[in-house]
Amino acid sequence: MLQPGDKAPEFKLYATPDQRFSLAELQGKNVILAFYPADWSPVCSDQMGLYNNMLKYFSKYDATILGISVDSKWCHLAFSKDRGLHFPLLADFEPKGEVSKAYGVYNEEEGECDRALFVIDKEGNIAWSYKSPTALNPGADGILEALEKLNPKTN
Amino acid sequence: MSQLTIPINDTDHFEGKADAPITLVEYGDYQCPHCGAAYPVIKKIQEAFPDQIKFVYRNFPLSESHPMAFACAVATEAAALQGKFWEMHDIIFENQRGLSNEALFRMAEKIRLDIEQFSNDIQKDTLSDKVEADFESGIRSGVNGTPSFFVNGTKFDGGAEDLFGMFREN
Repeated sequence: MLQPGDKAPEFKLYATPDQRFSLAELQGKNVILAFYPADWSPVCSDQMGLYNNMLKYFSKYDATILGISVDSKWCHLAFSKDRGLHFPLLADFEPKGEVSKAYGVYNEEEGECDRALFVIDKEGNIAWSYKSPTALNPGADGILEALEKLNPKTN
Repeated sequence: MSQLTIPINDTDHFEGKADAPITLVEYGDYQCPHCGAAYPVIKKIQEAFPDQIKFVYRNFPLSESHPMAFACAVATEAAALQGKFWEMHDIIFENQRGLSNEALFRMAEKIRLDIEQFSNDIQKDTLSDKVEADFESGIRSGVNGTPSFFVNGTKFDGGAEDLFGMFREN
């Protein structure tokens, strides 16, 4: 798993059936990458639902959140619509798990990514990373602490 | 284990003895069915251990999933200004199905709030700020969903029934 100080690997993944999202496009913003095992599973839904309620806190720290799983763009579309999510879910679908592997958070046995969080700074370096037990919703306290360190002035 | 980052203070509402040996904090959402299910269990705990537990309720409205949660939280804070936080807290959880603005006003009448004052108070920024401050303190303390409980400042990994079990054992 990539650690603070590592360069965040670039990616370009589908966020909707006709739109792809790259890390480079977000340069100049802090980025939160939330890898999660699967759409629809109970823990993930709670975790994504929690982040959905926190977007204004993230934007206070000039940060954008992106969810990532190996589910397809159509699956993401349905999941996102069902839960009313207001942030993009990226499909690490083809080649399967490529981005998860680059970040060191792919679980070969399950064929899914781990539940892992990364905070990437405005220069594209990893500022904080955390891997949570798959069954546990990691909350957002670690994310906010990491963002706070990046933006000391907003306190 | 996650810890309660904002200690209990004057802005909190509590039931029980102020100097009880155990402080139980719930971060809850008035429209969350799991919190609704926890409500009678908490009452049971309070009845079983009247002198040992100080119960504090903080707001954690997940407004995206529960559109009435924030309004309910503000309504309880408005009731608190008339000294009736817990009456409002209880009546909302007891009537969790069919929450609406009209229903909140009916509840306010039922617990005999001054309705004119209540309808002015619920529009005050200070009350919504209080609810948001509760939410943020929850996030900081590692609250990841509702209800989340803290026992003497440490996050409890389980639901209300598990809490009851733990208190009975000790």
